[in-house]
Amino acid sequence: MSSSTTLRINSATFTDELLATNDLSAYYGVRKAVGNVSIVFQRRAITALIGPSGCGKTTLLRCFNRLHELSFEARVEGTVLLDGEDIYVNDADPMAIRRRIGMVFQRPNPFPTLSIVENTMAYGGRGLTRAEKFERAERALRAAALWDEVKDKLKSSPLRLSGGQQQRLCIARAIAAEPEVLLMDEPTASLDPIATAVIEELMASLAEQFMIVAVTHNMQQAARVSDVTAFMLADETGVGRLIEVDETAKLFTKPADRRTEDYITGRFG
Amino acid sequence: MRNQHLGRRRIYATLGTLLALCCAALGAAALLAILGYVVVQGIGVINWTFLTQLPTPVGVPGGGVGNGILGTLIIIGIATAMALPIGLLTGIYLALFGRGSIPEALRFLSDVLSGVPSIAIGLFAYAVLVAPLKHFSAFSASFAFMMLMLPLLVRTSEQAIRSVPQTVREGALALGMSNFRATWRIVLPTARPAIITALLLAIARVTGETAPLLFTAFGSQFWETNPNSPMAVLALQVFNYAISPYPNWQAQAWAGAFVLVFAVFALSLGARLALRRAMRGFEA
Amino acid sequence: MTADPQFRRLARFVSPADRGFAAIVYAGSILFALLIVALFVELVLGSWPSIVKFGPSFIWNSAWDPVNSKFGALPMIYGTVVTSLTAIALAAFVGIMAAVFLADFAPRWLAAPLSFLIELLAAVPSVVYGLWGLFILAPFVRTAIGPALQHALGWLPIFSGPIYGVGLLTGGIILALMIVPTVTAISRDVIAAIPRDLREASASLGTTKWETATRVVLPAARVGIFGACVLALGRALGETIAVTMVIGNRPEISASLFAPSYTLASVIANEFTEATTSIYISALIELGLILFLVSIVVNALARLMIWSVRGSGA
Repeated sequence: MSSSTTLRINSATFTDELLATNDLSAYYGVRKAVGNVSIVFQRRAITALIGPSGCGKTTLLRCFNRLHELSFEARVEGTVLLDGEDIYVNDADPMAIRRRIGMVFQRPNPFPTLSIVENTMAYGGRGLTRAEKFERAERALRAAALWDEVKDKLKSSPLRLSGGQQQRLCIARAIAAEPEVLLMDEPTASLDPIATAVIEELMASLAEQFMIVAVTHNMQQAARVSDVTAFMLADETGVGRLIEVDETAKLFTKPADRRTEDYITGRFG
Repeated sequence: MRNQHLGRRRIYATLGTLLALCCAALGAAALLAILGYVVVQGIGVINWTFLTQLPTPVGVPGGGVGNGILGTLIIIGIATAMALPIGLLTGIYLALFGRGSIPEALRFLSDVLSGVPSIAIGLFAYAVLVAPLKHFSAFSASFAFMMLMLPLLVRTSEQAIRSVPQTVREGALALGMSNFRATWRIVLPTARPAIITALLLAIARVTGETAPLLFTAFGSQFWETNPNSPMAVLALQVFNYAISPYPNWQAQAWAGAFVLVFAVFALSLGARLALRRAMRGFEA
Repeated sequence: MTADPQFRRLARFVSPADRGFAAIVYAGSILFALLIVALFVELVLGSWPSIVKFGPSFIWNSAWDPVNSKFGALPMIYGTVVTSLTAIALAAFVGIMAAVFLADFAPRWLAAPLSFLIELLAAVPSVVYGLWGLFILAPFVRTAIGPALQHALGWLPIFSGPIYGVGLLTGGIILALMIVPTVTAISRDVIAAIPRDLREASASLGTTKWETATRVVLPAARVGIFGACVLALGRALGETIAVTMVIGNRPEISASLFAPSYTLASVIANEFTEATTSIYISALIELGLILFLVSIVVNALARLMIWSVRGSGA
């Protein structure tokens, strides 16, 4: 069983759990990439997942929307609870999970054969009329601060947009599905500073509607954007472990663990 | 000591380079010679009659390969209708289930098939569709053509699907799409230009195939649209006319060859152009 | 809860749409595999009566006598081997030289169109090659090439005898033209893939570009180039129509390259529709089976060699 206790933030402001893991481990074949992570995410918060390269943060993120199992010989042990229900239970439908947990990827990946507006309607939406889907699309594009820039060219190819715009389109596409959780895997890693700033601003407004878990390489970004920060580190055997979770301000000023302190002060990674 | 022989070595080098140039030129010249003769010998005979009329008996002037052209279109059409789904589905399987002994076995089988002489494939079609039914048919020719087209389609559709960036497919799945929807709506359309190119090239390949036709479609003197009966095919007509002793027919062989070459080249070049334009749109 | 491996694989195809999708994909792939297996099975079944009746002597018997139902494949094997070897001898030399030129010597404005033209040779239909061979090349061999060779080297048995125009040599030349693009394209890729440092190391020793190409690069690429030649040989062995039109169609073994002959594929093409008895048909199908098996072996060999140099994706 788990050797670490569930790390929970002791704070009065964050009491609304939405996503939680219990003793979660992720494997690629025999290689254990993420080890025994137990963490609770709060509903109305942006949680940043930080740590040096190879610490398993992206792997962990991909366990939440069941994308990890697409990799060759990928395996998962432990539980992930969405609103109290285990998403890995035997008859769970991965697609239903993925409709409730959306994802934005490191490099913008708009669907190249669909137009901009078709991208934002790509999630499916059975039972919705075309008008309803279009309404949702417009709302999503506005929420992603992209509407004004594309409203005249909704039918054109997304490949004409700049990198930052494409990423906002991907955000719009994800939130048009109206998920409960939005996972972001280093969303600004491939963008220039201005585009990065736009998206960081966006995240704050998005957090009012969605729970956000964002993996980031950039500590300053984590400090700027998130309410809660979780720090991961690979141990001597290469297994990624969750070291510390706390409110961002506390973690960055008074980390509880020595290793966290070393990382944020730049002593390694 | 090296400089002593430098002069001689330079001469050898120049001669050698010239030899290599001549060889490359020889290849290109051969192609131009073949094309040249086909055009020169064939173009005089081509006219609307030739392209649209039935063959006439020996000695009767005029006549054409209209039924052969029609037969070629019908047989290739049916072959494509059969080969495309099977090839595409197998390509999808290989792209989705990449590693493992079964996918490797399938790829091996595909390689084996691509090396089988077309006449042996004709024998297969004969054994399966002509002998049991006791008559030649255009459908058996389509069956043989399908076998010839499959390896190309399988290999290229696998490559085309694989070359769709992993992140596009994951983006689709992350939205909650089923594998089916993700493949059908997102991955396949992205791979479509490459698949169409492969299809055009496969069609170009079988347009000139003659050997399997000898005992599947067999040929005909009449207009025929029923796949269940023997049918005239242009390549077969060219063959029969070429080996005949009649100058009129031999002239028609050249003209038919002209049409074949024109069609094959148009398809090949068209395929490559289509691919290039699609690729450019991709990176816009 | 440990997710067991089987669950993981099924988890990809849970929804009904996905189950249907998986079923169709599996069905298509199985059908594909079955077709190829059926090809082999039908060839064996069709040749069985002949295999049973003639046994291994089919291969070394040289009598092809349909009237008396005596069938031996030796003349056809001879014709196939000789035309193919002639073809690969010519095509290997020309093709490799061309590949060297295109990879290392040709300026870009020349290399691209020249490569393109040579590759177009592969697109020309077989029957067009046959037509050209029959009416242009064969007379040329009869009137020019043949007499010239006989004049210069007539004392060699391969250049002796009457020159008809059609025959082993013409067949070999036509085949060579058909397989040169294969040799050139693959060799050029293999040569181009040889790392630059090898060439630079040679150049720094003061060698000429030609010496670098022939003494350093070619030896380094020899496995892949050999593979290209074997692949081309495989294509030559199975070529039917073009050869049928220029080989003369006589089931005899002769030392001279000018003599008419017969290949495995040609005899099937010429005689299958006229085959009256079932043992005749079976013998012809057995020839097809031989072609099939030879093509598998040759192609497998070739791909092994090419893969070992280029990585996968030949």
